[in-house]
Amino acid sequence: MYFDSFQALLTMNGHGIYVWPAYLVTIVVITALLIAPMRRRSRVLRQLAGELKRAQSASDSGAKGER
Amino acid sequence: MWTFFHKLGSPPWLYAIAGVVLRWLLPITLIALVGGMIWGVLFTAPDFRQGNSYRIIYVHVPAAVVALAGYYVMAIAGAVSLIWRIKMADVVMKAAAPVGAALAFIALFTGAVWGKPTWGTWWVWDARITSMLILLFLYLGVIALYEAFDNKEAAGKACAVLSLVGMVNIPIIYKSVDWWYSLHQPASIKFTGESTIDPSMLYPLLLMIAAFYALFTCCLLMNMRAELLQRESRTQWVKKIAAKEGKR
Amino acid sequence: MSAPHTGQFCVLLLRRQLLLAMRRPIDIANPLLFFTMVIVLFPLGLGPAPDKLASFAPGVLWITALLSNLLTSDAVFRSDFDDGSLEQLILAPQPLFLSALAYISAHWLTTGLLLALLSPVFALMLNLPGSALITLVVSLLLGTAVLSLLGGIGAALTVGLKRGGMLISLLILPLYMPVLIFGSAAVQAAVTGAPSGPYLAILGAMLSLAIALAPLAIAAGLRISIDA
Repeated sequence: MYFDSFQALLTMNGHGIYVWPAYLVTIVVITALLIAPMRRRSRVLRQLAGELKRAQSASDSGAKGER
Repeated sequence: MWTFFHKLGSPPWLYAIAGVVLRWLLPITLIALVGGMIWGVLFTAPDFRQGNSYRIIYVHVPAAVVALAGYYVMAIAGAVSLIWRIKMADVVMKAAAPVGAALAFIALFTGAVWGKPTWGTWWVWDARITSMLILLFLYLGVIALYEAFDNKEAAGKACAVLSLVGMVNIPIIYKSVDWWYSLHQPASIKFTGESTIDPSMLYPLLLMIAAFYALFTCCLLMNMRAELLQRESRTQWVKKIAAKEGKR
Repeated sequence: MSAPHTGQFCVLLLRRQLLLAMRRPIDIANPLLFFTMVIVLFPLGLGPAPDKLASFAPGVLWITALLSNLLTSDAVFRSDFDDGSLEQLILAPQPLFLSALAYISAHWLTTGLLLALLSPVFALMLNLPGSALITLVVSLLLGTAVLSLLGGIGAALTVGLKRGGMLISLLILPLYMPVLIFGSAAVQAAVTGAPSGPYLAILGAMLSLAIALAPLAIAAGLRISIDA
Protein backbone atom coordinates (compact mmCIF):
# COMPACT_ATOMS: atom_id res chain seq x y z
CA MET A 1 0.00 0.00 0.00
CA TYR A 2 1.29 3.43 -0.89
CA PHE A 3 -0.12 5.43 2.02
CA ASP A 4 1.44 5.19 5.50
CA SER A 5 -1.65 5.89 7.57
CA PHE A 6 -5.38 6.14 7.22
CA GLN A 7 -5.07 9.88 7.73
CA ALA A 8 -2.69 10.15 4.77
CA LEU A 9 -5.06 8.11 2.64
CA LEU A 10 -7.93 10.41 3.51
CA THR A 11 -6.16 13.70 2.84
CA MET A 12 -3.80 12.58 0.03
CA ASN A 13 -1.61 15.64 0.56
CA GLY A 14 -4.57 17.93 0.11
CA HIS A 15 -5.90 16.18 -2.97
CA GLY A 16 -8.24 13.94 -1.00
CA ILE A 17 -11.07 16.45 -1.21
CA TYR A 18 -10.94 16.07 -5.00
CA VAL A 19 -10.25 12.36 -5.34
CA TRP A 20 -12.82 11.09 -2.87
CA PRO A 21 -15.86 13.03 -4.18
CA ALA A 22 -14.96 11.94 -7.71
CA TYR A 23 -14.96 8.30 -6.65
CA LEU A 24 -18.05 8.75 -4.51
CA VAL A 25 -20.10 10.22 -7.34
CA THR A 26 -18.85 7.51 -9.70
CA ILE A 27 -19.89 4.78 -7.27
CA VAL A 28 -23.28 6.38 -6.67
CA VAL A 29 -23.98 6.67 -10.41
CA ILE A 30 -22.83 3.09 -11.06
CA THR A 31 -25.02 1.81 -8.24
CA ALA A 32 -27.99 3.70 -9.63
CA LEU A 33 -27.26 2.28 -13.09
CA LEU A 34 -27.27 -1.25 -11.71
CA ILE A 35 -30.27 -0.90 -9.41
CA ALA A 36 -32.63 0.93 -11.78
CA PRO A 37 -33.11 -2.00 -14.23
CA MET A 38 -33.41 -4.49 -11.35
CA ARG A 39 -36.19 -2.45 -9.77
CA ARG A 40 -37.89 -1.93 -13.10
CA ARG A 41 -37.80 -5.65 -13.83
CA SER A 42 -39.24 -6.67 -10.48
CA ARG A 43 -41.90 -3.96 -10.75
CA VAL A 44 -43.01 -5.24 -14.16
CA LEU A 45 -43.06 -8.81 -12.87
CA ARG A 46 -45.02 -7.87 -9.75
CA GLN A 47 -47.55 -5.95 -11.81
CA LEU A 48 -47.96 -8.84 -14.21
CA ALA A 49 -48.31 -11.37 -11.40
CA GLY A 50 -51.02 -9.22 -9.83
CA GLU A 51 -52.83 -8.96 -13.13
CA LEU A 52 -52.60 -12.71 -13.64
CA LYS A 53 -53.96 -13.38 -10.16
CA ARG A 54 -56.87 -11.04 -10.65
CA ALA A 55 -57.64 -12.53 -14.05
CA GLN A 56 -57.51 -15.99 -12.49
CA SER A 57 -59.81 -15.18 -9.58
CA ALA A 58 -62.19 -13.33 -11.91
CA SER A 59 -62.44 -16.35 -14.20
CA ASP A 60 -62.82 -18.65 -11.17
CA SER A 61 -65.67 -16.68 -9.62
CA GLY A 62 -67.21 -16.22 -13.05
CA ALA A 63 -67.15 -19.99 -13.52
CA LYS A 64 -68.76 -20.56 -10.14
CA GLY A 65 -71.45 -17.89 -10.53
CA GLU A 66 -72.75 -18.49 -14.01
CA ARG A 67 -72.14 -22.01 -15.10
CA MET B 1 -25.03 -19.20 -38.49
CA TRP B 2 -28.45 -18.12 -39.62
CA THR B 3 -30.19 -20.00 -36.83
CA PHE B 4 -28.08 -17.99 -34.40
CA PHE B 5 -29.41 -14.75 -35.87
CA HIS B 6 -32.93 -16.08 -35.80
CA LYS B 7 -32.50 -16.94 -32.14
CA LEU B 8 -31.19 -13.43 -31.46
CA GLY B 9 -34.50 -12.16 -32.74
CA SER B 10 -36.46 -14.31 -30.32
CA PRO B 11 -37.29 -12.47 -27.07
CA PRO B 12 -37.54 -15.45 -24.66
CA TRP B 13 -34.22 -16.85 -25.88
CA LEU B 14 -32.57 -13.44 -25.57
CA TYR B 15 -34.05 -12.96 -22.11
CA ALA B 16 -32.77 -16.34 -20.94
CA ILE B 17 -29.30 -16.03 -22.45
CA ALA B 18 -28.92 -12.50 -21.05
CA GLY B 19 -29.77 -13.95 -17.64
CA VAL B 20 -27.11 -16.63 -17.97
CA VAL B 21 -24.48 -14.13 -19.10
CA LEU B 22 -25.37 -11.77 -16.28
CA ARG B 23 -25.06 -14.47 -13.65
CA TRP B 24 -21.36 -14.71 -14.52
CA LEU B 25 -20.56 -11.25 -15.81
CA LEU B 26 -22.13 -9.21 -13.03
CA PRO B 27 -20.01 -10.64 -10.18
CA ILE B 28 -16.86 -10.47 -12.31
CA THR B 29 -17.65 -6.85 -13.19
CA LEU B 30 -18.19 -5.86 -9.59
CA ILE B 31 -15.00 -7.58 -8.45
CA ALA B 32 -13.02 -5.92 -11.27
CA LEU B 33 -14.50 -2.50 -10.49
CA VAL B 34 -13.83 -2.70 -6.76
CA GLY B 35 -10.42 -4.31 -7.30
CA GLY B 36 -9.38 -1.76 -9.90
CA MET B 37 -10.48 1.15 -7.72
CA ILE B 38 -8.61 -0.18 -4.70
CA TRP B 39 -5.53 -0.87 -6.82
CA GLY B 40 -5.64 2.60 -8.32
CA VAL B 41 -6.32 4.49 -5.11
CA LEU B 42 -4.23 2.55 -2.64
CA PHE B 43 -1.43 0.74 -4.43
CA THR B 44 -0.04 3.06 -7.07
CA ALA B 45 2.54 5.77 -6.61
CA PRO B 46 1.36 9.35 -7.16
CA ASP B 47 2.17 11.11 -10.40
CA PHE B 48 5.28 13.22 -9.98
CA ARG B 49 3.68 16.28 -11.52
CA GLN B 50 0.04 16.03 -10.50
CA GLY B 51 0.45 14.29 -7.17
CA ASN B 52 -2.43 12.27 -5.84
CA SER B 53 -5.13 14.00 -7.84
CA TYR B 54 -4.18 11.92 -10.87
CA ARG B 55 -5.89 8.94 -9.19
CA ILE B 56 -9.13 10.27 -10.68
CA ILE B 57 -7.84 8.95 -14.00
CA TYR B 58 -8.96 5.46 -13.01
CA VAL B 59 -12.61 6.44 -13.23
CA HIS B 60 -12.39 9.41 -15.59
CA VAL B 61 -10.71 7.82 -18.59
CA PRO B 62 -12.66 4.51 -18.55
CA ALA B 63 -15.98 6.37 -18.26
CA ALA B 64 -15.04 8.64 -21.17
CA VAL B 65 -13.84 5.76 -23.36
CA VAL B 66 -16.92 3.63 -22.75
CA ALA B 67 -19.32 6.57 -23.09
CA LEU B 68 -18.00 7.15 -26.59
CA ALA B 69 -18.02 3.44 -27.47
CA GLY B 70 -21.56 3.22 -26.10
CA TYR B 71 -22.76 5.78 -28.62
CA TYR B 72 -21.45 3.58 -31.41
CA VAL B 73 -23.17 0.54 -29.89
CA MET B 74 -26.40 2.52 -29.79
CA ALA B 75 -26.06 3.84 -33.34
CA ILE B 76 -25.12 0.46 -34.82
CA ALA B 77 -28.04 -1.17 -33.04
CA GLY B 78 -30.21 1.59 -34.46
CA ALA B 79 -28.90 0.90 -37.96
CA VAL B 80 -29.57 -2.83 -37.57
CA SER B 81 -33.11 -2.19 -36.42
CA LEU B 82 -33.73 0.23 -39.31
CA ILE B 83 -32.21 -1.89 -42.06
CA TRP B 84 -33.11 -5.46 -41.07
CA ARG B 85 -36.14 -4.58 -38.95
CA ILE B 86 -34.87 -6.70 -36.06
CA LYS B 87 -36.90 -5.57 -33.08
CA MET B 88 -34.30 -6.75 -30.60
CA ALA B 89 -31.82 -4.24 -32.01
CA ASP B 90 -34.35 -1.59 -31.07
CA VAL B 91 -34.31 -2.94 -27.51
CA VAL B 92 -30.49 -2.74 -27.45
CA MET B 93 -30.60 0.85 -28.65
CA LYS B 94 -33.16 1.89 -26.07
CA ALA B 95 -31.16 0.15 -23.32
CA ALA B 96 -27.83 1.72 -24.29
CA ALA B 97 -28.88 5.38 -24.21
CA PRO B 98 -29.28 5.97 -20.43
CA VAL B 99 -26.14 3.96 -19.62
CA GLY B 100 -24.06 5.98 -22.06
CA ALA B 101 -25.48 9.24 -20.78
CA ALA B 102 -24.65 8.28 -17.19
CA LEU B 103 -21.08 7.36 -18.15
CA ALA B 104 -20.65 10.64 -20.01
CA PHE B 105 -21.86 12.40 -16.89
CA ILE B 106 -19.31 10.52 -14.76
CA ALA B 107 -16.55 11.49 -17.18
CA LEU B 108 -17.59 15.15 -17.07
CA PHE B 109 -17.97 15.31 -13.31
CA THR B 110 -14.67 13.60 -12.55
CA GLY B 111 -13.00 15.71 -15.23
CA ALA B 112 -14.25 18.89 -13.59
CA VAL B 113 -13.13 17.75 -10.14
CA TRP B 114 -9.76 16.75 -11.56
CA GLY B 115 -9.45 20.15 -13.22
CA LYS B 116 -9.54 22.03 -9.94
CA PRO B 117 -6.21 20.81 -8.51
CA THR B 118 -4.59 20.45 -11.95
CA TRP B 119 -5.57 23.65 -13.72
CA GLY B 120 -6.94 25.68 -10.81
CA THR B 121 -10.49 25.93 -12.14
CA TRP B 122 -13.48 23.60 -12.10
CA TRP B 123 -14.13 23.92 -15.78
CA VAL B 124 -11.73 24.38 -18.65
CA TRP B 125 -12.98 24.53 -22.21
CA ASP B 126 -10.54 21.80 -23.05
CA ALA B 127 -11.05 19.91 -26.29
CA ARG B 128 -11.79 16.56 -24.69
CA ILE B 129 -14.09 17.90 -21.98
CA THR B 130 -15.99 19.97 -24.51
CA SER B 131 -16.48 17.03 -26.86
CA MET B 132 -17.61 14.89 -23.94
CA LEU B 133 -20.19 17.56 -23.08
CA ILE B 134 -21.44 17.51 -26.68
CA LEU B 135 -21.59 13.71 -26.50
CA LEU B 136 -23.76 14.01 -23.39
CA PHE B 137 -26.06 16.38 -25.30
CA LEU B 138 -26.29 13.87 -28.15
CA TYR B 139 -27.31 11.14 -25.68
CA LEU B 140 -29.85 13.42 -24.01
CA GLY B 141 -31.26 14.30 -27.44
CA VAL B 142 -31.86 10.62 -28.22
CA ILE B 143 -33.47 10.02 -24.82
CA ALA B 144 -35.67 13.12 -25.11
CA LEU B 145 -36.76 12.19 -28.63
CA TYR B 146 -37.72 8.69 -27.47
CA GLU B 147 -39.78 10.06 -24.60
CA ALA B 148 -41.53 12.62 -26.83
CA PHE B 149 -43.16 10.00 -29.05
CA ASP B 150 -46.35 8.31 -27.85
CA ASN B 151 -45.98 5.57 -30.44
CA LYS B 152 -42.97 3.63 -29.17
CA GLU B 153 -42.31 1.84 -32.45
CA ALA B 154 -41.96 5.17 -34.24
CA ALA B 155 -39.90 6.44 -31.31
CA GLY B 156 -37.40 3.62 -31.81
CA LYS B 157 -37.06 4.33 -35.52
CA ALA B 158 -36.72 8.08 -35.00
CA CYS B 159 -34.03 7.53 -32.39
CA ALA B 160 -32.24 5.13 -34.75
CA VAL B 161 -32.12 7.83 -37.45
CA LEU B 162 -30.98 10.44 -34.96
CA SER B 163 -28.24 8.26 -33.49
CA LEU B 164 -26.99 7.41 -36.99
CA VAL B 165 -26.83 11.11 -37.83
CA GLY B 166 -24.96 11.58 -34.55
CA MET B 167 -22.55 8.79 -35.40
CA VAL B 168 -21.63 10.42 -38.70
CA ASN B 169 -21.19 13.71 -36.87
CA ILE B 170 -19.15 12.55 -33.87
CA PRO B 171 -15.83 12.35 -35.74
CA ILE B 172 -16.51 15.74 -37.31
CA ILE B 173 -17.42 17.24 -33.93
CA TYR B 174 -14.35 15.71 -32.26
CA LYS B 175 -12.00 16.88 -34.99
CA SER B 176 -13.41 20.39 -35.11
CA VAL B 177 -13.45 20.81 -31.33
CA ASP B 178 -9.90 19.54 -31.22
CA TRP B 179 -8.86 21.99 -33.88
CA TRP B 180 -10.81 24.82 -32.25
CA TYR B 181 -8.99 24.15 -29.01
CA SER B 182 -5.57 24.14 -30.61
CA LEU B 183 -6.43 27.54 -32.09
CA HIS B 184 -7.46 29.09 -28.80
CA GLN B 185 -5.29 27.13 -26.39
CA PRO B 186 -4.45 29.39 -23.46
CA ALA B 187 -0.74 29.48 -22.74
CA SER B 188 -1.13 29.07 -18.98
CA ILE B 189 -2.44 25.52 -19.22
CA LYS B 190 0.12 22.81 -19.65
CA PHE B 191 -0.59 19.21 -20.41
CA THR B 192 1.06 16.12 -19.17
CA GLY B 193 1.41 13.79 -22.10
CA GLU B 194 -0.57 10.63 -21.64
CA SER B 195 1.75 8.56 -23.78
CA THR B 196 4.41 8.67 -21.08
CA ILE B 197 2.31 6.83 -18.52
CA ASP B 198 4.22 4.45 -16.30
CA PRO B 199 3.33 0.72 -16.52
CA SER B 200 2.57 0.61 -12.79
CA MET B 201 -0.12 3.23 -13.47
CA LEU B 202 -1.16 1.74 -16.80
CA TYR B 203 -2.18 -1.75 -15.63
CA PRO B 204 -4.83 -0.63 -13.14
CA LEU B 205 -6.08 1.79 -15.79
CA LEU B 206 -6.43 -1.02 -18.32
CA LEU B 207 -8.24 -3.12 -15.71
CA MET B 208 -10.64 -0.26 -15.04
CA ILE B 209 -11.29 0.26 -18.76
CA ALA B 210 -12.12 -3.43 -19.10
CA ALA B 211 -14.29 -3.24 -15.98
CA PHE B 212 -16.22 -0.28 -17.38
CA TYR B 213 -16.80 -2.10 -20.66
CA ALA B 214 -18.12 -5.05 -18.65
CA LEU B 215 -20.25 -2.68 -16.59
CA PHE B 216 -21.72 -1.21 -19.76
CA THR B 217 -22.51 -4.71 -21.01
CA CYS B 218 -24.14 -5.66 -17.70
CA CYS B 219 -26.29 -2.53 -17.57
CA LEU B 220 -27.20 -3.02 -21.23
CA LEU B 221 -28.30 -6.60 -20.65
CA MET B 222 -30.22 -5.74 -17.48
CA ASN B 223 -32.02 -2.86 -19.17
CA MET B 224 -32.79 -5.13 -22.10
CA ARG B 225 -34.30 -7.79 -19.84
CA ALA B 226 -36.55 -5.25 -18.13
CA GLU B 227 -37.52 -3.73 -21.48
CA LEU B 228 -38.26 -7.17 -22.97
CA LEU B 229 -40.56 -8.08 -20.09
CA GLN B 230 -42.47 -4.84 -20.48
CA ARG B 231 -42.79 -5.06 -24.26
CA GLU B 232 -43.77 -8.71 -24.30
CA SER B 233 -46.01 -8.54 -21.24
CA ARG B 234 -48.95 -9.99 -23.17
CA THR B 235 -47.11 -13.14 -24.23
CA GLN B 236 -47.13 -16.56 -22.63
CA TRP B 237 -43.44 -16.78 -21.74
CA VAL B 238 -43.53 -13.54 -19.78
CA LYS B 239 -46.65 -14.64 -17.93
CA LYS B 240 -44.87 -17.83 -16.97
CA ILE B 241 -41.94 -15.87 -15.56
CA ALA B 242 -44.28 -13.48 -13.78
CA ALA B 243 -46.20 -16.34 -12.16
CA LYS B 244 -42.92 -17.81 -10.93
CA GLU B 245 -41.00 -14.71 -9.85
CA GLY B 246 -43.59 -12.02 -9.28
CA LYS B 247 -44.93 -13.32 -5.98
CA ARG B 248 -42.18 -11.86 -3.84
CA MET C 1 -51.57 14.61 -67.79
CA SER C 2 -48.28 12.78 -67.69
CA ALA C 3 -46.26 12.55 -64.50
CA PRO C 4 -43.44 15.10 -64.42
CA HIS C 5 -39.82 14.07 -64.72
CA THR C 6 -38.00 13.87 -61.36
CA GLY C 7 -35.89 16.97 -61.89
CA GLN C 8 -38.89 18.89 -63.16
CA PHE C 9 -40.84 17.73 -60.14
CA CYS C 10 -38.24 19.09 -57.74
CA VAL C 11 -38.14 22.43 -59.51
CA LEU C 12 -41.93 22.61 -59.34
CA LEU C 13 -41.82 21.74 -55.65
CA LEU C 14 -39.18 24.38 -55.03
CA ARG C 15 -41.27 26.96 -56.89
CA ARG C 16 -44.31 26.01 -54.85
CA GLN C 17 -42.44 26.40 -51.57
CA LEU C 18 -41.03 29.76 -52.62
CA LEU C 19 -44.45 30.93 -53.77
CA LEU C 20 -45.95 29.92 -50.44
CA ALA C 21 -43.22 31.80 -48.63
CA MET C 22 -43.72 34.91 -50.79
CA ARG C 23 -47.39 34.98 -49.91
CA ARG C 24 -46.50 35.32 -46.25
CA PRO C 25 -43.74 37.93 -46.27
CA ILE C 26 -43.88 38.27 -42.50
CA ASP C 27 -42.54 34.73 -42.20
CA ILE C 28 -39.55 35.71 -44.30
CA ALA C 29 -39.06 38.92 -42.33
CA ASN C 30 -39.35 37.28 -38.90
CA PRO C 31 -35.96 35.57 -38.77
CA LEU C 32 -34.28 38.67 -40.14
CA LEU C 33 -35.96 40.80 -37.51
CA PHE C 34 -34.94 38.30 -34.88
CA PHE C 35 -31.37 38.50 -36.15
CA THR C 36 -31.47 42.30 -35.89
CA MET C 37 -32.93 42.30 -32.40
CA VAL C 38 -30.40 39.84 -31.02
CA ILE C 39 -27.55 41.79 -32.59
CA VAL C 40 -28.89 44.86 -30.77
CA LEU C 41 -28.88 42.93 -27.51
CA PHE C 42 -25.13 42.36 -27.59
CA PRO C 43 -23.95 45.99 -27.38
CA LEU C 44 -26.53 46.51 -24.65
CA GLY C 45 -25.20 43.53 -22.72
CA LEU C 46 -21.48 43.87 -23.46
CA GLY C 47 -21.21 47.66 -23.49
CA PRO C 48 -20.75 49.89 -26.54
CA ALA C 49 -16.92 49.97 -26.59
CA PRO C 50 -16.13 49.59 -30.33
CA ASP C 51 -12.97 47.51 -29.99
CA LYS C 52 -14.60 45.06 -27.61
CA LEU C 53 -17.59 44.67 -29.93
CA ALA C 54 -15.27 44.15 -32.88
CA SER C 55 -13.47 41.33 -31.14
CA PHE C 56 -16.76 39.60 -30.33
CA ALA C 57 -18.38 40.36 -33.70
CA PRO C 58 -17.48 37.15 -35.62
CA GLY C 59 -18.84 34.93 -32.86
CA VAL C 60 -21.88 37.13 -32.21
CA LEU C 61 -22.88 37.29 -35.88
CA TRP C 62 -22.46 33.56 -36.31
CA ILE C 63 -24.31 32.57 -33.15
CA THR C 64 -27.17 34.88 -34.01
CA ALA C 65 -27.40 33.52 -37.54
CA LEU C 66 -27.39 30.01 -36.11
CA LEU C 67 -30.20 30.78 -33.67
CA SER C 68 -32.43 32.44 -36.23
CA ASN C 69 -31.88 29.46 -38.51
CA LEU C 70 -32.78 27.12 -35.65
CA LEU C 71 -36.00 28.99 -34.92
CA THR C 72 -37.23 28.76 -38.49
CA SER C 73 -36.23 25.16 -39.16
CA ASP C 74 -39.07 23.89 -36.98
CA ALA C 75 -41.61 25.18 -39.53
CA VAL C 76 -40.10 23.66 -42.71
CA PHE C 77 -42.45 20.70 -42.89
CA ARG C 78 -45.05 21.75 -40.30
CA SER C 79 -47.84 23.20 -42.46
CA ASP C 80 -47.52 20.52 -45.12
CA PHE C 81 -47.67 17.86 -42.44
CA ASP C 82 -50.79 19.41 -40.93
CA ASP C 83 -52.72 19.66 -44.20
CA GLY C 84 -51.66 16.20 -45.40
CA SER C 85 -49.73 17.21 -48.50
CA LEU C 86 -46.61 15.59 -47.03
CA GLU C 87 -48.39 12.27 -47.12
CA GLN C 88 -49.08 12.79 -50.82
CA LEU C 89 -45.43 13.56 -51.34
CA ILE C 90 -44.39 10.26 -49.79
CA LEU C 91 -46.75 8.40 -52.08
CA ALA C 92 -45.39 10.21 -55.14
CA PRO C 93 -43.17 8.14 -57.47
CA GLN C 94 -40.33 10.64 -57.21
CA PRO C 95 -37.66 9.81 -54.62
CA LEU C 96 -38.43 11.45 -51.32
CA PHE C 97 -34.90 12.61 -50.60
CA LEU C 98 -34.89 14.79 -53.70
CA SER C 99 -38.20 16.32 -52.70
CA ALA C 100 -36.77 16.89 -49.22
CA LEU C 101 -33.81 18.65 -50.83
CA ALA C 102 -36.25 20.94 -52.63
CA TYR C 103 -37.91 21.84 -49.32
CA ILE C 104 -34.56 22.56 -47.72
CA SER C 105 -33.41 24.66 -50.69
CA ALA C 106 -36.54 26.76 -50.39
CA HIS C 107 -35.89 27.16 -46.66
CA TRP C 108 -32.33 28.24 -47.26
CA LEU C 109 -33.29 30.67 -50.03
CA THR C 110 -35.79 32.38 -47.74
CA THR C 111 -33.65 32.45 -44.59
CA GLY C 112 -29.92 31.73 -44.91
CA LEU C 113 -29.39 33.49 -48.22
CA LEU C 114 -31.17 36.68 -47.17
CA LEU C 115 -29.44 36.60 -43.81
CA ALA C 116 -26.02 36.27 -45.41
CA LEU C 117 -26.74 39.10 -47.84
CA LEU C 118 -27.94 41.36 -45.02
CA SER C 119 -25.18 40.45 -42.57
CA PRO C 120 -22.65 43.15 -43.70
CA VAL C 121 -25.01 45.83 -42.41
CA PHE C 122 -25.04 44.31 -38.95
CA ALA C 123 -21.34 43.53 -39.13
CA LEU C 124 -20.64 47.21 -39.64
CA MET C 125 -22.91 48.05 -36.72
CA LEU C 126 -20.76 45.75 -34.58
CA ASN C 127 -17.65 47.44 -35.88
CA LEU C 128 -16.32 44.42 -37.77
CA PRO C 129 -13.43 45.51 -40.03
CA GLY C 130 -14.49 45.98 -43.65
CA SER C 131 -11.88 43.52 -44.90
CA ALA C 132 -13.74 40.65 -43.24
CA LEU C 133 -17.12 41.41 -44.81
CA ILE C 134 -16.72 39.24 -47.90
CA THR C 135 -15.52 36.31 -45.82
CA LEU C 136 -18.48 36.79 -43.49
CA VAL C 137 -20.96 36.68 -46.36
CA VAL C 138 -19.34 33.66 -48.01
CA SER C 139 -19.02 31.75 -44.73
CA LEU C 140 -22.66 32.47 -43.91
CA LEU C 141 -23.76 31.43 -47.39
CA LEU C 142 -22.01 28.07 -47.05
CA GLY C 143 -22.67 27.60 -43.35
CA THR C 144 -26.38 28.42 -43.25
CA ALA C 145 -26.92 25.90 -46.04
CA VAL C 146 -25.40 23.22 -43.81
CA LEU C 147 -27.51 24.49 -40.91
CA SER C 148 -30.68 24.31 -43.01
CA LEU C 149 -29.90 20.72 -44.00
CA LEU C 150 -29.16 19.64 -40.43
CA GLY C 151 -32.17 21.55 -39.14
CA GLY C 152 -34.28 19.70 -41.70
CA ILE C 153 -33.32 16.41 -40.03
CA GLY C 154 -34.56 17.67 -36.68
CA ALA C 155 -37.68 19.12 -38.27
CA ALA C 156 -38.48 15.85 -40.06
CA LEU C 157 -38.07 13.82 -36.87
CA THR C 158 -40.22 16.11 -34.72
CA VAL C 159 -42.85 17.25 -37.22
CA GLY C 160 -45.42 14.79 -35.89
CA LEU C 161 -44.95 15.83 -32.27
CA LYS C 162 -47.11 18.44 -30.62
CA ARG C 163 -44.31 19.92 -28.56
CA GLY C 164 -41.46 19.81 -31.06
CA GLY C 165 -40.17 23.37 -30.64
CA MET C 166 -37.87 22.93 -27.67
CA LEU C 167 -36.95 19.37 -28.55
CA ILE C 168 -35.59 20.29 -31.98
CA SER C 169 -32.98 22.57 -30.43
CA LEU C 170 -31.76 19.76 -28.18
CA LEU C 171 -31.54 17.43 -31.16
CA ILE C 172 -29.69 19.59 -33.64
CA LEU C 173 -27.68 22.16 -31.70
CA PRO C 174 -24.90 19.62 -31.01
CA LEU C 175 -24.74 18.99 -34.75
CA TYR C 176 -24.47 22.74 -35.45
CA MET C 177 -21.30 23.13 -33.40
CA PRO C 178 -18.68 22.23 -36.05
CA VAL C 179 -20.27 24.71 -38.45
CA LEU C 180 -20.16 27.42 -35.80
CA ILE C 181 -16.52 26.66 -35.03
CA PHE C 182 -15.34 26.93 -38.63
CA GLY C 183 -17.72 29.72 -39.61
CA SER C 184 -16.62 32.07 -36.87
CA ALA C 185 -13.00 30.98 -37.29
CA ALA C 186 -13.13 31.98 -40.96
CA VAL C 187 -14.34 35.47 -40.07
CA GLN C 188 -11.84 35.70 -37.24
CA ALA C 189 -9.04 34.78 -39.63
CA ALA C 190 -10.17 37.43 -42.09
CA VAL C 191 -10.19 40.03 -39.29
CA THR C 192 -6.60 39.25 -38.33
CA GLY C 193 -5.50 39.20 -41.95
CA ALA C 194 -4.84 35.47 -42.12
CA PRO C 195 -6.07 33.59 -45.18
CA SER C 196 -9.65 32.43 -44.62
CA GLY C 197 -9.70 30.14 -47.65
CA PRO C 198 -8.99 26.90 -45.72
CA TYR C 199 -11.88 27.49 -43.33
CA LEU C 200 -14.25 28.25 -46.17
CA ALA C 201 -13.02 25.09 -47.90
CA ILE C 202 -13.84 23.05 -44.79
CA LEU C 203 -17.30 24.66 -44.66
CA GLY C 204 -17.68 23.72 -48.31
CA ALA C 205 -16.66 20.15 -47.52
CA MET C 206 -19.24 20.03 -44.72
CA LEU C 207 -21.85 21.34 -47.14
CA SER C 208 -21.01 18.65 -49.69
CA LEU C 209 -21.27 15.93 -47.05
CA ALA C 210 -24.52 17.39 -45.71
CA ILE C 211 -26.06 17.62 -49.20
CA ALA C 212 -25.16 14.00 -49.82
CA LEU C 213 -26.36 12.52 -46.52
CA ALA C 214 -28.87 14.84 -44.84
CA PRO C 215 -31.66 14.40 -47.45
CA LEU C 216 -31.55 10.64 -46.81
CA ALA C 217 -31.96 11.18 -43.06
CA ILE C 218 -34.71 13.76 -43.69
CA ALA C 219 -36.58 11.34 -45.95
CA ALA C 220 -36.30 8.57 -43.33
CA GLY C 221 -37.45 10.97 -40.63
CA LEU C 222 -40.45 12.11 -42.66
CA ARG C 223 -41.52 8.51 -43.31
CA ILE C 224 -41.33 7.74 -39.58
CA SER C 225 -43.25 10.87 -38.63
CA ILE C 226 -45.99 10.18 -41.16
CA ASP C 227 -46.32 6.55 -40.02
CA ALA C 228 -46.53 7.47 -36.34
